Amino acid sequence: MAEKKLMKGNEALAEGAVRAGCRFFAGYPITPQNEIPEYMSWRLPQVGGTFVQSESEVSAINMVYGAAATGVRCMTSSSSPGISLKQEGISYCAGADLPSLVVNVMRGGPGLGNIAGAQGDYWQATRGGGHGDYRTFVMAPSSVSEMANFPDKCFEVAFKYRVPAMILADGLIGQMMEPVDFTRPEIDLRTIPEPAWALGVNNGREKRMIKSLYINEGCLEKTVIERVKRYKQIEESEVLYEEKMLEDAELALVAYGISARVSVAAMKLARAKGIKVGLFRPITLWPYPKKRLLELSDRIKKFLAVEMNLGQMVDDVRLSLNGAAEVYLHSKPGGSLISAEEVCATIESVVKKGAKEYAAAK
Amino acid sequence: MYQGIRISGFGGQGVISAGVLLAQAGMMEGKEVSFFPSYGAEMRGGTANCSVVVASDEVSTPIVTTPDTVIVLNEPSLAKFEPMVKPGGLLIINSSLVNSKAARKDINVLYVPCNEIAGELGNTKVMNMVAIGAFAAATGAMSIDAIARALPKVYKKLKPEVIELNIKALQRGAEFKLN
Amino acid sequence: MQLQNKRPESLLDVKMHYCPGCGHGTIHRVIAEVMDELGIRGRTIGVVPVGCSVFADAYFNCDMIQGPHGRGPAEATGIKRAKPETIVFSYQGDGDLASIGMAEIVHAAIRSENITVVFVNNAIYGMTGGQMAPTTLIGQKATTCPEGRTAKQAGYPIKMCELLATIDGATYLERTTVHNVPGVIKTKTALRKAFQNQIDGKGFSMVEILSMCPTNWGTRLDNPSEATKFIAESMLPVFPLGIYKGQQKTN
Repeated sequence: MAEKKLMKGNEALAEGAVRAGCRFFAGYPITPQNEIPEYMSWRLPQVGGTFVQSESEVSAINMVYGAAATGVRCMTSSSSPGISLKQEGISYCAGADLPSLVVNVMRGGPGLGNIAGAQGDYWQATRGGGHGDYRTFVMAPSSVSEMANFPDKCFEVAFKYRVPAMILADGLIGQMMEPVDFTRPEIDLRTIPEPAWALGVNNGREKRMIKSLYINEGCLEKTVIERVKRYKQIEESEVLYEEKMLEDAELALVAYGISARVSVAAMKLARAKGIKVGLFRPITLWPYPKKRLLELSDRIKKFLAVEMNLGQMVDDVRLSLNGAAEVYLHSKPGGSLISAEEVCATIESVVKKGAKEYAAAK
Repeated sequence: MYQGIRISGFGGQGVISAGVLLAQAGMMEGKEVSFFPSYGAEMRGGTANCSVVVASDEVSTPIVTTPDTVIVLNEPSLAKFEPMVKPGGLLIINSSLVNSKAARKDINVLYVPCNEIAGELGNTKVMNMVAIGAFAAATGAMSIDAIARALPKVYKKLKPEVIELNIKALQRGAEFKLN
Repeated sequence: MQLQNKRPESLLDVKMHYCPGCGHGTIHRVIAEVMDELGIRGRTIGVVPVGCSVFADAYFNCDMIQGPHGRGPAEATGIKRAKPETIVFSYQGDGDLASIGMAEIVHAAIRSENITVVFVNNAIYGMTGGQMAPTTLIGQKATTCPEGRTAKQAGYPIKMCELLATIDGATYLERTTVHNVPGVIKTKTALRKAFQNQIDGKGFSMVEILSMCPTNWGTRLDNPSEATKFIAESMLPVFPLGIYKGQQKTN
């Protein structure tokens, strides 16, 4: 195995994407994700790829839309306000069945918000974000190593099912440095056949069309229903999650990304006080690990969602459990980091008093 | 073993690079590490700070809120970070630029005239190395040798003689002892 | 008897949906002829806009892509940069290119993207039913300026060739018309240059084509020449024909 390298989350993600075969990147500067376009600007030319600094996030996602139509592994990255601007293009990628990767290194919102790490774009990422009936495959890294290794999984899923994929990171994961192992082997693009739908030099074949407009009655419905079948397959086959110390847990923390890191620390604090706490970490946010969460409720009757927002993922916890267990929330909006001590205090309250909800934000 | 560190000073004092260096050295010693910078709308002359964790177990939070060690390189940083130090923890003060004394009695304080020592060595830029040399020796969190080995990994373009100078600064810092 | 003229291979034998007297059909045909003559059909990708010509993807016999309103130049950038061996053209109307897509067209020109842009200017929004376009003339009636466009309320018509001519990256800009036969012939010459430039790697080329929209201009059905007259008498003074950037005219 290669030597571990100390890398910033954003840079690890960029390098991971290149190793996963990304050959086209378009993006626009916004904090806290600037290291991604900066890295791509020198790295992509080394592997024969293309980097474009676009005039806007809108333009960037549409460049990706165009590049994706040629079957190239392509991506764009931004942070919350910029991701809002990309939603039109993401919807078109979904509607035209174009695989692409969008990275959101979240910051505080709404509006211009702040540049600290936050998790306020969960609903936007998992509910579609843009217009129309569609789904985006969403992964939430919680370490620099995962930043490095998730682009590969995203491209794999995006191409297999022809859907846009998203990595939902945050300013903390993007800016922090940690040792990185690139555990997935570098993709040899020569071994991947060109997709049967890709536009390009046609060599006498039938013309191909990439489109999302189906104006004749019933045609759009048919297209969407066909796509929903692929969404079902993704829900069956591509769910990822991690469990820590749930075997004997009386309470399960449910958290993703940086909140999951804080939750581990809170879990240790609580266990030191004799409270049996475990952690359930969804790695894919869509598809959400609903089934597993429901299975856990056979044993665990209290679930505490921990989020750096006003309480968004907690909806999915409730939907998954559908009343089978009590659901609590510890949340903190506004781009402020949750501390392990705060979470531990909520754990104690929930376990001892069973109170309904605890929002740390005042 | 767990050592949470906060380093703070003016932009340009080498706050960020000192933090990266500690993380790199910790990693090379086989420890779990994380580094997190303050970032954003900052400019030359503004303040900068960073969090470093060096631990034997997986690092949970990369932002250190109750540091075992705080290193302050300028006056404003003292006021901001002294209250954060864990009781019984260590506060290293760059006494060349910080005139105030620490107020707390429940922590260990080490006054190191980083700029003066760096000046004696011929380059005030290495003042951050004096500070982290003092940190390594006082806490035992990592060896001076590990930091020295980490130097060329972090500063890829430095000439050997400049690396040498940095190592000297580390060693001079390591000579400072508590009490 | 010898066959003098036939449908270009680059245009499929399908019924177009355009209104009688609309300029799109003519422009499609001329593009297709140029593609045939340059032998690029097998490697051409067409980007269609949002507007009446969104259905052009079904008419051209080459790979085609539809995208969001106004973003054609960005899509074309992505395609051309990802597959430089292809020939990429973006076909856009005035609302698409000169209003919602203003940033994309300007910056594609600034980057001198090696693409060909076909800009159809008929001074009106067609598909949505005749609203005021960025190129609608002062005094011209539209459904969102029923008494005629006034500068006070809606500003002035934008002249894209003149605007883009200020940009260093714009290689070739020409305005032509399809309201008469000499205009169609000149349009074809201009389009050939615009495609040839791309083949030669010369960068951004755009042909702005003044075109008829009899339906939304309210042209009387029994007098279709009213539409060509509108171009000749009203549009040409505001949008003068000619080369705004690039090579001199050749035959």
